[in-house]
Amino acid sequence: MIYEPSLMAVLVFGVIVAITLGLSFWLGAKAKSSKGYFAAGGGIHWFINGVAFAGDYLSAASFLGICGMIAFYGYDGFLYSIGYLAGWIVALFVIAEPLKRMGRFTFADALDSKFQSRGIKLAAAISTLVVSIFYLIPQMVGAGVLITPLLGFPHYVGVLMVGTIVILIVVTAGMVSTTYVQFLKGSLLVIFSTVLTVLILQRGLSTDPENNGKPTHHFQIIGPAAFNDIDYWKSELKLNNQDTLIPLDQGAWVKKDFLQLTKDNKVSYWKLTENPEHQFFLSETQYKQKNKNGSIIINGLPQGTGEGQTDLYPVGRISKLPNNETKTGPLGPAEFLSTIRESELILWGSDTIKEKDGTVLTIYFPKPTSGQKVLSPGNHPKFAGIRGDELSGKLNFLSLMLALFCGTASLPHILIRYYTVKDQASARKSTIVGIGSIGYFYILTLFMGFGAMTSGALDVTNTNMAAPLLAKSIGDWLFAIISAIAFTTVLGTVSGLIIASSGAVVHDLMSSFMKIEMNDFAKVRIAKIASVVVGVIAIILGILFEKFNVNYLVGWAFSVAASANLPALVMLLFWSKTTKQGITVAIFTGMISSLTWILLSADSYKGIYGLDPADAIVPFSQPGLVTIPLGFLTLVIVSLLTQPKSMGTEN
Amino acid sequence: MAGFDHGSNEPDEQENIETINRNTRLGLKLFTVYLILYGGFVFLNTFSPAKMEIVVFAGLNLAIVYGFTLIIAAFVLAIIYGWICRNDLSSSNSENEEVAQ
Repeated sequence: MIYEPSLMAVLVFGVIVAITLGLSFWLGAKAKSSKGYFAAGGGIHWFINGVAFAGDYLSAASFLGICGMIAFYGYDGFLYSIGYLAGWIVALFVIAEPLKRMGRFTFADALDSKFQSRGIKLAAAISTLVVSIFYLIPQMVGAGVLITPLLGFPHYVGVLMVGTIVILIVVTAGMVSTTYVQFLKGSLLVIFSTVLTVLILQRGLSTDPENNGKPTHHFQIIGPAAFNDIDYWKSELKLNNQDTLIPLDQGAWVKKDFLQLTKDNKVSYWKLTENPEHQFFLSETQYKQKNKNGSIIINGLPQGTGEGQTDLYPVGRISKLPNNETKTGPLGPAEFLSTIRESELILWGSDTIKEKDGTVLTIYFPKPTSGQKVLSPGNHPKFAGIRGDELSGKLNFLSLMLALFCGTASLPHILIRYYTVKDQASARKSTIVGIGSIGYFYILTLFMGFGAMTSGALDVTNTNMAAPLLAKSIGDWLFAIISAIAFTTVLGTVSGLIIASSGAVVHDLMSSFMKIEMNDFAKVRIAKIASVVVGVIAIILGILFEKFNVNYLVGWAFSVAASANLPALVMLLFWSKTTKQGITVAIFTGMISSLTWILLSADSYKGIYGLDPADAIVPFSQPGLVTIPLGFLTLVIVSLLTQPKSMGTEN
Repeated sequence: MAGFDHGSNEPDEQENIETINRNTRLGLKLFTVYLILYGGFVFLNTFSPAKMEIVVFAGLNLAIVYGFTLIIAAFVLAIIYGWICRNDLSSSNSENEEVAQ
């Protein structure tokens, strides 16, 4: 879809950036020591830290990815919300206090507090870097994805802009300014998501939603018909003698069930579907045709906003409300969801046809779906396995939910936030504030997602834009604010990741592993250089990975973090026979096995190599179910093999 | 904001080994409670997804009710943990003064 750049969004974002940078330079004076730079001097108030947890954790994937997934597939997106939040229980009840007690700057400190081992430092530093880079890529790609539709700049400009601002924030005052960016972002995200949700509930549901004052296009669906009879379709479409309707079943069209209609010299495609009761329907679609010379045709006309040009219709609406109503008026939260359950909604599917002459057609077709189905799991292709009979689909789902549960408490950029408060009680209290604000936000994702699904404002080509477009359907001012917050979301998370990475480089790798002597001043200076280097790497990767799905990579980061870091953290705390060799080998095993599993999975075959996913070596795509236990097992075996001779020194 | 910022970074909490052990035990108990809740949800979704469509109350199905319960339960358990750990501490601790700043 073509977006009009929003000057107001640029202004709001500019104000947020100016406040953050101003604060960074002002706070810069306080971050001269390495404790100040890496851990904000340990003097952050627990409440600020708690909200900053939310700002750190609620990445672009959470905000844009989950809302988009709910808007296009319903309840499945909410499963991510539940899994991401559940992970905080592990953080609070198991990890937070001991980690705070044992460490100073990085989580490698805590792992190594008992042993003083260079091996552990090396393993923990490498896993921090790997996880953080995996997490950084989707954030930077997210910045690029946002900037094109919002401000009209190309992808790389967004990545460069966010990268530069983040580097400035981090270099001026390290963890202090990072904390305040995250606090600001966390607060804005929670406040304006609440505003958006209240406005959605007030607007209520309608079969003809107004998209910022404009009516919604109703796609024709003909049927039900007892047979797939071309003459019946022709008569229903009221064709005259010059018009044609031809079933397409040659070449790339085989088994796609499309018919080509030529009416008044305009070509359109119609999708044939059959429901479980063996009734047939013929649905109007919309399509994007990319010709070999790069020109783009939409629904038979050149894409554009001028005369004789057209663009894809915004979509997403309820087709039938309960009792054949057309509008509900304001609804309460429970009423909103129960009304959706009793309604019929239009979801969207797509098919890509690659013709021999190089033309690529993407056809988007409506799928009327019962509210009951939309509010239950298993609609997204990734989760469809739970409704099938094959065990691999079910194991894949279990594996993902396990990785989400175990991943949070293993993410280095989250763990380092425990060192910015003064004691264990503050660590505990800030986690509770974090759980409160993150949980509250995740509840809102459900309303924002379904609000977008029924807003008549969705872009069929871009699921990530669901939340900003929902805001736009309410008003331009809200669109400007939500878009600016989406950018700030990227800033907050990226700055946390860069701090975690630079801490791993300077503190764990250079100072502890390579034993390079540095005074405090030199440490901060080198940390700043490391931040710039990591920032530049993030910019380059963000540009290279432009076409990658954002949420996909975040899932990988969770799996790698959970497999590499969690076994080491948990066993160190609860098993007295853990040895330094056990920890080191477990981190490497968890990291390498989960990465290898991911690279050999069906998702990678399809997404990275362009191969047939059926040829993938591993039985399901998510590694956690195998590689997290493998990490624990490795740690136990290696520890038992390397027990110190005198057993009296354990405690 | 200044009141929230950069106070003393000296720990208020004086932990002794008993407090640590008690907190750890409590944490593990609450963790087990949540693990059972979360595990139940995940297994129900995996092996009996149709059950998630059953309407529980107020026209809401099990998927929504269980999902919300998990999010709210996380917060409630967190509050319980924070509250009990706080009671465990000696009355001389200065947390209240700090909040009032």
